[in-house]
Amino acid sequence: MNVELLWWEGCPSTERALEAVREAVSDLGISGVEVRMREIETDADAEAAAFIGSPTILIDGEDLVPTGAEEPIGLSCRVYRRRDGRVSPIPDPDDLREALERAARRAEVL
Amino acid sequence: MTLAIGAVAPAFELPDTAGRTWSVADYDGAPATVLVFTCNHCPYALAWQDRIAAVARDYAARGVRVLAINANDADRYPRDSLDAMRERVSREDWPLPYLHDATQEVARSYGAKVTPDVFVLDAEGRLRYRGAPDADYDRPEERAEWLREALDAVLAGAIVERPETKPVGCSIKWKA
Repeated sequence: MNVELLWWEGCPSTERALEAVREAVSDLGISGVEVRMREIETDADAEAAAFIGSPTILIDGEDLVPTGAEEPIGLSCRVYRRRDGRVSPIPDPDDLREALERAARRAEVL
Repeated sequence: MTLAIGAVAPAFELPDTAGRTWSVADYDGAPATVLVFTCNHCPYALAWQDRIAAVARDYAARGVRVLAINANDADRYPRDSLDAMRERVSREDWPLPYLHDATQEVARSYGAKVTPDVFVLDAEGRLRYRGAPDADYDRPEERAEWLREALDAVLAGAIVERPETKPVGCSIKWKA
């Protein structure tokens, strides 16, 4: 099971997002998961990674929060919605936890 | 360049989304002016928006002027174009003018760094507070308390006890 956090230095949310991932992994009791950090530095990096904002969390290559609408690719901070409707720079903790749990069950590490 | 607390803030003229030009020069007799560098696409700016709008409403009767300013490079970030700003104002309830700093000169002259970045000026145009609206974008109950504290002090002719905090948000998107 691979977890990757794509980040851009223009957003201050990276540490908070990383903490949230580590906390969810720990709470779920998933073992052997390391979060790989990948910095997106340039427009070319963003294009290559189809990066729609920082932080973007990929679990086994899939976006934690798939976007229905077409989001512009580029160096920006990503807008997430909490389950109560509030705007947030990081994913809702329950979305994160559920996505990790699904992936862990698929990978049979939970 | 960073504007120092107590310094006279740079004068400027900028248009809002309705085409009206706003001047920050003679302060028009306003006992305080709040400038919020903000934008359309930053989650921090969006998360704090309702709290800043509430400040604009709550202090309007006391003559406080609150101006939002978008300085982001709209060529690279079309969501921050003037058209997108107009569309947003028409869709949302905005109790404050939304100004467009197309040349980014105003943002540079104030030393604005992120969105949102809040500046409070007194009646003489001196900078009395600069920083974040409050301690946490994720806690609406904070109610932009740092900004309110600064405004209350300025309106009372008192010292702002917390004149500077660290602004937290997305970097302003400068033109290349």
